[in-house]
Amino acid sequence: MGFKDYCFRKSLWVFHFGGASCNNCDIEILDCLTPRHDLERFGILLVGSIRHADVLLVNGSINRRDKDRLLELYHQAPKPLLVVAIGACGCTGGIFAEGMTFAGPVDKIIPVDAYIPGCPPKPEAIIAGIVKLAGKK
Amino acid sequence: MSRKTLIPIGPYHPLQEEPELFKLYCDGEIVTDIKWETGYNHRGIEKLSESKSYDQVFFLVERICGICSTSHPFAFANAVEEITGVEITDRTKYIRSIIGELERIHSHLLWVGLAGHFLGYNTVFMWAWKYREPVLDLFEMITGNRNSYAMFKVGGVRRDIENSKIPAIRKEMALLRKKIDLLTGAVMDDPVIHARTKGVGILTRQDILDYGAVGPTARASGVDIDVRRDDPYAAYPLVNWKVITAQAGDVFAKAEVRLLEMYESASIIEQCVDVLEKLKEGDVALKINEIPEGIGTGRAEAPRGEVFHFVVSDGSNSPARHKIRAPSYTNIATFKKSCIGQTIADATISLAAVDPCYCCTERMAAAYDNSSGKKILNANELIALSMKRTSELRKSGAGHE
Repeated sequence: MGFKDYCFRKSLWVFHFGGASCNNCDIEILDCLTPRHDLERFGILLVGSIRHADVLLVNGSINRRDKDRLLELYHQAPKPLLVVAIGACGCTGGIFAEGMTFAGPVDKIIPVDAYIPGCPPKPEAIIAGIVKLAGKK
Repeated sequence: MSRKTLIPIGPYHPLQEEPELFKLYCDGEIVTDIKWETGYNHRGIEKLSESKSYDQVFFLVERICGICSTSHPFAFANAVEEITGVEITDRTKYIRSIIGELERIHSHLLWVGLAGHFLGYNTVFMWAWKYREPVLDLFEMITGNRNSYAMFKVGGVRRDIENSKIPAIRKEMALLRKKIDLLTGAVMDDPVIHARTKGVGILTRQDILDYGAVGPTARASGVDIDVRRDDPYAAYPLVNWKVITAQAGDVFAKAEVRLLEMYESASIIEQCVDVLEKLKEGDVALKINEIPEGIGTGRAEAPRGEVFHFVVSDGSNSPARHKIRAPSYTNIATFKKSCIGQTIADATISLAAVDPCYCCTERMAAAYDNSSGKKILNANELIALSMKRTSELRKSGAGHE
């Protein structure tokens, strides 16, 4: 068992960063925690501070104002950290990639471990992504 | 210099699902002033819209806001149809109304859940979001996606609601009524919720008129406005429903308006599917070959209030100018009235009560010279100016506010 595996072998705590998004991915992430999908049964918990988190979920296109803040959050996070880009905007910039304020996509700013595409991805897709990530190590 | 305490909420606060920054200036427990800062969400949609064809703009405006992802295409369709001057088919009207009302139900349930969460009532949050799921399932059945439905286009809708799907809609509406009954009962009869929301964040009728607030925020203060009735579009003039208003103007009244509106929405949907069954299947889109030169305005009642789209067409393939005003733009200004004088704990629910949506509201700041109309500061220069001011303050030892 490597160091990284050792760090992620128990419950994953998640911090959610919503960039310049349309809210859909944010809502679907919250939806994962509610009774139908209930991610907490896997020990996955949304936490209030990046300093407690194992996983950073990033959704939405990143604009010039978000960019520095995302970097700052990434530097504040304890390592090792898994970064997940959620939704079409998180993965590529999506429909907003041609926008005048676009500064992303996420993987140009910080290293990304997993991509969950979709607009928005269904909660099942988000769960599948996180479970795969946890299993891959 | 004042010695007020500044409490920042955001921009990436775990309570909020969207990035925005509130600054609460407090004197002890009491909020004395509030400022908010947006721009974390700016995507330049109005400019992007000018580079897309009319068909593509629908996908773009849908992604202004994920929760009102029907209201924006609705208003845009109304605006472009005003330019072309076409009259859409009856079946299209009913389908549009059904989608619009389903969205209102899911949005209001979402709000009730979040409001419960802000009050510390996570049971309400879990219940409301559980009851919201079947509505999303209906969306998935009708449109193929849980959010962002891609249902609208100029002159019609992209896909029909086949008559075979109507029994499922009817059944779900009947079940939904029972669930809303339960939720309304739980919320309306709970003494703790009464204590936390009654008399909190009061907006008087005059405040609403001063700030130009719209939607449930205005209706909860006794201002009887609703675009669906005042400027009828789609199937709303063809069905029976009433505008819900309340008089108190506090958070409880806003919750009451939203809960009761869900019954009206369910009733509109039931009436629409009744008519839909009798109309010819597949008659849902007109062929529109070109958009003539002209100016069009479109309004639609989003779950949060009036959405306004203004489109200038120069006869080409894409809009020459597209101006959007979302309801939260006027609604969030009422924070100045509703939050000041409250305790910090009550300020949070007062902020949440108008159901603010920052994705819709984003604007960019730039300074213009009044006499020549020239841009004197762009965004980067404004940021540089702000940084300079901060470093000066640091040097002068002003310290924390």
